[in-house]
Amino acid sequence: MKIIIVGCGKIGTSVIESLVSEGHDIVAVDQDAETLHALGNIYDVMCVCGNGVDCETLEEAGVDRAELFVSVTGSDEMNMLSCFIARRMGARHTIARIRNPEYNDKSLNTMKQYLDISVAINPELFTAQDIFNSLRLQSAVNIETFSGRNLEMIELIVDPETKLDGMSLHELKRRYKGDYLICAVRREDEVHIPGGSFVLRNGDMIGLVVPPSEAQRLMKMLGFVQHQARNVMILGASRTAYYLAKMLIASGNDVKIIEKDEERCRQISDELPEAVVIHGDGAEQELLFEEGLGSADAFVALTGIDEENILISFFAKSRKVPKVITKVNRGELADMAVRLGIPSVVSPKKSVSEILTRYARALKNSLGSNVETLYKLMDSSVEALEFRVSEDFIGLRIPLKAMKFKPDLIIAGIIRRRRPMIPSGEDVILPGDKVVVVAAGQKLVDLSDILR
Amino acid sequence: MNRRFVFSIIARLSLGEGALLLLPAVVALIYGEKQTLAAFLISAVIAAGAGMAVLLLIHPKDSVIYAKEGFVIVALAWIVMSLFGALPFVFSREIPNFVDAFFETVSGFSTTGASILENVEVMSRGCLFWRSFTHWIGGMGVLVFMMAVVNNVTDRSIHIMRAEMPGPQVGKLVPRVKDTAKVLYLIYVALTVIEAVMLIAGGMPVFESIVHAFGTAGTGGFGVRADSIAGYSTYIKIVITVFMLLFGVNFNLYYLLLIRRFRSAVRSTELWCYLAVIVSCTAVIALNVRSLYASFWPALEDASFQVVSIMTTTGYATADFNQWPELSKGILFLLMFVGACAGSTGGGFKLSRVMILFKSIGSELRRMLHPRSVNSVKFEGKPVDKTTLNSVYTYSAVYVLCGAVVFLVLCFEKNFDFEANFTAMVSCLNNIGPGLGAVGPASNYAAYSWVSKLVLSAAMLLGRLEIFPLLIAFSPSTWRRRLK
Repeated sequence: MKIIIVGCGKIGTSVIESLVSEGHDIVAVDQDAETLHALGNIYDVMCVCGNGVDCETLEEAGVDRAELFVSVTGSDEMNMLSCFIARRMGARHTIARIRNPEYNDKSLNTMKQYLDISVAINPELFTAQDIFNSLRLQSAVNIETFSGRNLEMIELIVDPETKLDGMSLHELKRRYKGDYLICAVRREDEVHIPGGSFVLRNGDMIGLVVPPSEAQRLMKMLGFVQHQARNVMILGASRTAYYLAKMLIASGNDVKIIEKDEERCRQISDELPEAVVIHGDGAEQELLFEEGLGSADAFVALTGIDEENILISFFAKSRKVPKVITKVNRGELADMAVRLGIPSVVSPKKSVSEILTRYARALKNSLGSNVETLYKLMDSSVEALEFRVSEDFIGLRIPLKAMKFKPDLIIAGIIRRRRPMIPSGEDVILPGDKVVVVAAGQKLVDLSDILR
Repeated sequence: MNRRFVFSIIARLSLGEGALLLLPAVVALIYGEKQTLAAFLISAVIAAGAGMAVLLLIHPKDSVIYAKEGFVIVALAWIVMSLFGALPFVFSREIPNFVDAFFETVSGFSTTGASILENVEVMSRGCLFWRSFTHWIGGMGVLVFMMAVVNNVTDRSIHIMRAEMPGPQVGKLVPRVKDTAKVLYLIYVALTVIEAVMLIAGGMPVFESIVHAFGTAGTGGFGVRADSIAGYSTYIKIVITVFMLLFGVNFNLYYLLLIRRFRSAVRSTELWCYLAVIVSCTAVIALNVRSLYASFWPALEDASFQVVSIMTTTGYATADFNQWPELSKGILFLLMFVGACAGSTGGGFKLSRVMILFKSIGSELRRMLHPRSVNSVKFEGKPVDKTTLNSVYTYSAVYVLCGAVVFLVLCFEKNFDFEANFTAMVSCLNNIGPGLGAVGPASNYAAYSWVSKLVLSAAMLLGRLEIFPLLIAFSPSTWRRRLK
């Protein structure tokens, strides 16, 4: 499938990386020749140097034969305009990055309709949602939700306090009854889709599928420390901070935002009157203590500088703040931070590339059982996908235990008429169901790909 | 450096050459040449066996490569290909001396067309086919061919492609290297087939048509007759002229035509410059040699054939231009340096580089007149970036330097004069074939000593690969493990 990507910054590059590995034909468009040159050395893509709004550049990129056109430059207006022109010139689907809150809050749908944009993506909003989710369950490293919040995928780290060390999954299920399934385990860079005899160890990262209503109870039962965040301190009044604070306030939390730039402080305090906005440098320890770092339930570092986020997060962690979340834009630094011991690192790139991967796969498979949601877990080595089951799926009404599945994948959940269930061997798949599949090391496009 | 991967690619390539060597074996079988058939089969087994052995011994850990590996792969690949390619000539005893056989094979792969054969017409069909077939493989590039047929050589095969494809800027036609290689070969095969069919239609025997189509497509110049193309009909000469011209054009333009973007194709300044040079040189030479011919048309015919043959660095001849007036010889000599368009199968310095150099002279003069003026060198309507400009300057310097070294070695020869030595160097470095004087179109390189033949072989490879891959492959710091 031919895909054109305009704007090869951090977001653009990560989108290119994930789409190239999906096997698409990518044309990258950017105004900076050197960026493109470096990109072309690493990825097998065609590079076109020029302005993404310029018809001639778009023609050179072959926009008339493009299945998907993605514009992720830094400017919302440019993205909208280039998507609009590309659509007129023959691109089949367009995706624009639109991140200005003014556009997002009010006029997004109208604008999408007028400009004929298929999807508007807002990385900052996605990041804020990610952070918001993981703040709800304190010990979770990451939480992803499926199909209208009917099922959740929670990533946890097994630590000594949980008493899970040395327990096989059979035993676990016998001791702690309930609707849940451990569907992926990462141990020292190796990812397993565990069977019943798999034995958990301290330090394992596990992926757990559970209905949200059960989540709190289960976590408590398994011995994970549970304490919902009430006081959240946010460092840096970025766009992500704005979206996050808005969500936190709406669900009744207290939010304190610390920001260096006075003008920006004023602006955000106008937008969010309920939040406490502090003008000051977050790197000053005195200021952090004065503003109550010691009594905060959660600390979220969202400044634009990765290094500052990482360092101050370490400091907050050393001061025993129960939950510390760090935003790191550069992928390489994110890996380092995780290795050094910051468990919760969020990056806007990940969610964007997830959405685009899902969209591209759904386009590729327009007839069969489509991918509705896609998450990449554990450094993208595991994928959790939600499929809508169509009438012509060949495994309809056959008990799961009678089906022959490919290795390294598991059916983690079935959502039938908005009711989630963790399937057993007796359960069957019906048309109209939504099926959550967790798979390691493979790229599923259609639900029938899970069968041998 | 990822040595294991480099060696495994070379091994896969020699395995591939083993397969390619079966083609002339089939030809030998058809014409009942038993000794030649045996020679090709043995060579195929040796090439494939060596490749297999290395593949079994060396397992690459990963396929991550950088520009450096790209250069080294290309340089080694071409040397190894030429070494194995020389075997059948030796085994069939048609070119018993290995240095001679190596010279002939390098000349084939590098699409030069310089020969050490005293008499082509006594060669077996199998060997003649292989000679021309090396032109065809070398024209578009052996590694590009490999990338077109083998799945997933590496994710970063752009480095290999860039090192092998001539020209100042190597771009892709379609997003993926593999698909780009496929498109290029598709155009290449289609044009070759059309030419062969047109030659057959003109009454040329099938074998000769195929051989000449290969020679033209790779802009090589090996034929089957001692007088090259001179003995064929006017129709044949015109067909070959036209196809030499076509193979000297940037292949990107054909792709643009294929996807119906005619306007972009026609806007190419390099194309127009290429045509203008050919038309004007043809006109001058035709008038200059008019007195040697009975009427104007044969003069024009030979003049155009020679101009196109030299400009595209093919090296076929319909007339012994050694006998032509000085002005004509001078023009042809200068055309040797210019070469064909970038992105074509032709060699030489490349027209686009010449154009960029001339334009930078203009911009430098402007800068001298107005020291504070800001101006950029534009090519094909776009400003040329600093890196490309620098690489063009550096290439020019290295090109002159290589020429000087090769020429100096040739000067040790006792039996050759200045004209022969100098044009031999120019002709080999630019992958043309014939030179002037003692190495003119009616003579050959047989009389050179084995040292000179090796140096000229090196010059041909340097010219085809545009110098840098070989320089990098043979500089010690490339192979050193230390961080220096």
